[in-house]
Amino acid sequence: MNSTTANWQTAFFNQLVLKGCVVERISIASAMLWQIESRDWQLFAEQGLEEQLRWVAGWAEHNQSQFLVNACFEKQGLYLWLRTIITAEKPELPSQATVYPAASRSERHTRDMFGIEFIGHPDDRRWTRHKAWSENSYPLRKDFPVQGTPDHITPPDMDYPFVKSHGTGVYEIPVGPVHAGIIEPGHFRFQAVGELILNLEERLGYVHKGIEKIAEGRVPVSLARLAGRISGDTTVGHAWAACMAMEQAAGISIPPRAAFLRGILAERERVANHLGDMGAICNDVAFIFAQMQFTRIRELWLRTNAQLFGHRLLMDRIIPGGVACDLTDTGCALIRQDIVRLRNELADILMAVDLNSTLEDRLYTAGYLAPELAAAYGAVGYVGRASGQRFDVRKDAPYAPYDQISFKVAVEAQGDIASRFWVRNKEINSALKLIEKFIDLLPPGDIMTAWREPLAGSESLAAVEGWRGEIVSYVRFEADNKIARFYSRDPSIINWPALEKLVLDNIVPDFPVCNKSLNGSYSGNDL
Amino acid sequence: MLRLLKKTLLTGIVTEKIKAPTNDELEQLGIEIKRHIDKKFSGSIAIREVDAGSCNGCELEIHALNNPFYDIERFGIHLVASPRHADVLLVTGPVSRHMQTALLRTYEATPNPKWVVAAGDCAACGGEFGISYASCGAVSNVIPVDVVIPGCPPTPLALMKGLLGLMKN
Repeated sequence: MNSTTANWQTAFFNQLVLKGCVVERISIASAMLWQIESRDWQLFAEQGLEEQLRWVAGWAEHNQSQFLVNACFEKQGLYLWLRTIITAEKPELPSQATVYPAASRSERHTRDMFGIEFIGHPDDRRWTRHKAWSENSYPLRKDFPVQGTPDHITPPDMDYPFVKSHGTGVYEIPVGPVHAGIIEPGHFRFQAVGELILNLEERLGYVHKGIEKIAEGRVPVSLARLAGRISGDTTVGHAWAACMAMEQAAGISIPPRAAFLRGILAERERVANHLGDMGAICNDVAFIFAQMQFTRIRELWLRTNAQLFGHRLLMDRIIPGGVACDLTDTGCALIRQDIVRLRNELADILMAVDLNSTLEDRLYTAGYLAPELAAAYGAVGYVGRASGQRFDVRKDAPYAPYDQISFKVAVEAQGDIASRFWVRNKEINSALKLIEKFIDLLPPGDIMTAWREPLAGSESLAAVEGWRGEIVSYVRFEADNKIARFYSRDPSIINWPALEKLVLDNIVPDFPVCNKSLNGSYSGNDL
Repeated sequence: MLRLLKKTLLTGIVTEKIKAPTNDELEQLGIEIKRHIDKKFSGSIAIREVDAGSCNGCELEIHALNNPFYDIERFGIHLVASPRHADVLLVTGPVSRHMQTALLRTYEATPNPKWVVAAGDCAACGGEFGISYASCGAVSNVIPVDVVIPGCPPTPLALMKGLLGLMKN
């Protein structure tokens, strides 16, 4: 992350002081932390919105008699890390969700996990908590045992107060948690009239696995493994973000060759997932030709992964200090050949896809996410970029190896499913070029830096561009090289709420393709 | 349309064949699966996949079973949309406590005789997540399991092998 204080930060700081906000700036690892009084928490958000800051992430930490509450904002590629400290006797502070809708679920999560009250929060319902722990116990407090005190059988969360609607002809459709396809579990509650969706409410948290809690006490290698399983399709992205945060906290830098190899792995992951998604979007409107072709070329791509890197999905290839696998000259040559073949295949397939009128019928104008709405929710990744939100960590807050090359970020403003389809295609093209450049520039040398045990209390915040978009990871170490706190904000956490909006006025049968065009991770959201 | 047909024809059949010179063991496995399926299920088996808390890695590989290389349906193995249609539950993930009841109900909704396959390291033993306030760990802690397919995630070939194991029981 960039630690230079740009003009907007200086001006913004002065403006906050002018408003009576007590701010202290602390330099931590490679980021700048702004610490404020808890009473100013909401004031900061109001000023931030005026300054057009994007809300990025929120998380808390329990430290003996106090809670550290953090939020992260971004503007023009500069991150602003905000913190306030509140006492454990009276754990409350004013809500930022009143200002930033993106902060809403995050604050509900923090409330469920820590028992911190966000005063004035527009939605006081539980979020991550179902019935696995009681209302008055908080799993991320240090005195909560990792085993908890669960019932023999955890009852279903039957009495969650969903939004109700009344009126002639309005009916509800409950869907999930077990869905009809091979997909992750979650619940969707529709209100519909005829086939038209009036309202959609997401109820997630079904795959909450206590990742934040079981991360505590792990050593770096073990945390990297866990981070690689936050969302299986983003194993490279999450492992990279976690490793980057740990490396910054420990003050070590990885060898240039390792950075380039990480870049190759991340772009390969991006291509594989976009291929899968493009096929699946076509499949959801019953265009099987494309589904078969895309899954075929995805399979070939994954086989190359297995051959060169030893794992089809590239799990555990990124480790603290570097990467676990090197690339030989023959490997590089194979990747190049593969890319040429993939480009030819895509040209053929996309020509047939582009000229298909049934696809056009189903994908254009469906699932429209207006650019203003995408901005209001801070939508990231291809969801944001299909609705005019240009931000890309690789470009705007570049890290090695992306800081050493130039590339284009595809943006469209059309905002519909077709746009999210074609943005993926553009991202594949850009990823293929990136892989070629990384291979061209692949420096010789080591692929690992020896780990150095960080001081107790060391912390850092890191951001990388996963295939779904920006991933932000926070890490704090305690003594003996162990993790005291880990939080990772998957891009899905930001993008899920956008789905509730973009399905409105679409017909219920178009929900699957709307959902697939966004393709949020349930596991990455639920943690 | 012509482009579409042309691409289909030029792609040809990529499904991996018997006696392939590459000595791919896929086909052989499939044939064995079919022999066992034939004995118990008159030539076909319906599988309902249940993600009970997985990271989605296993789902990606289960999806791959339907791609043209593996084309698992040619062996009479169908992935179906409802447990009521299923002979086998293919369960992934450590069972999150929030999914425990949903998994139990899915199991109850599956008609007898039924089999349960736990796919992936998490389903097999709890994997990276183990047992905690939020996770029940292995699938066998919640419902009876007949076959375990290890791997993180198991490859499509490993998944086929695992189904074979089920048939041999």
